[in-house]
Amino acid sequence: MNPLETIPGTVIAGVVLAVILAFAAKAIAGA
Amino acid sequence: MAIMMIDRWLHIVAGVMWIGLLYYFNFVQVPAMAAANADKDGPGPAAIGKYVAPRALFWFRWAALVTWVTGAIFLATAPQYSLHGAFTLGIGAHNASLTAIGFGAWLGTIMLFNVWALIWPNQKKILGIVQASDAEKATARRVAFLASRTNTVLSIPMLMFMQAGAHGIPF
Repeated sequence: MNPLETIPGTVIAGVVLAVILAFAAKAIAGA
Repeated sequence: MAIMMIDRWLHIVAGVMWIGLLYYFNFVQVPAMAAANADKDGPGPAAIGKYVAPRALFWFRWAALVTWVTGAIFLATAPQYSLHGAFTLGIGAHNASLTAIGFGAWLGTIMLFNVWALIWPNQKKILGIVQASDAEKATARRVAFLASRTNTVLSIPMLMFMQAGAHGIPF
């Protein structure tokens, strides 16, 4: 099921994406 | 220096209006429209579509543009950042603040594209501002819905990165 169909799925997808991108940003910055 | 700080202030005010209305659409209006359509004895969703949605979309799309422009001006003028450095994610600069604000800038840019290239043109069909067949309106509803939901997803990391530029990445 597409998580964007529901509000909880949308919020969870956003939080998961934020965590993944945070680690990607730290890797790029060498932090 | 004061102009740069006023620009950042305006960026935050416009950004609150943009994302506030984005959350209004996703957390309030879309579920309200569905409830109004399902309520066969109720007043229906027509008034929302006629009186509320066009006004909300007006402030939404122009706030989005003002947010992006003032953000770009800030990146170009703030001594700790640069427009080029942010949009190249600070690669090679070993500057976590620049990389963080760069991620935020890219997410905001994708979101601005979604507003003006996907949400607004399709909303014009849905609201009858431009002519569209029933089939075209159905497609427009789906595209506008998914673009709006995508922006809600992207807003969560975008806001994290915008504050991370000054305050650090929280992980």
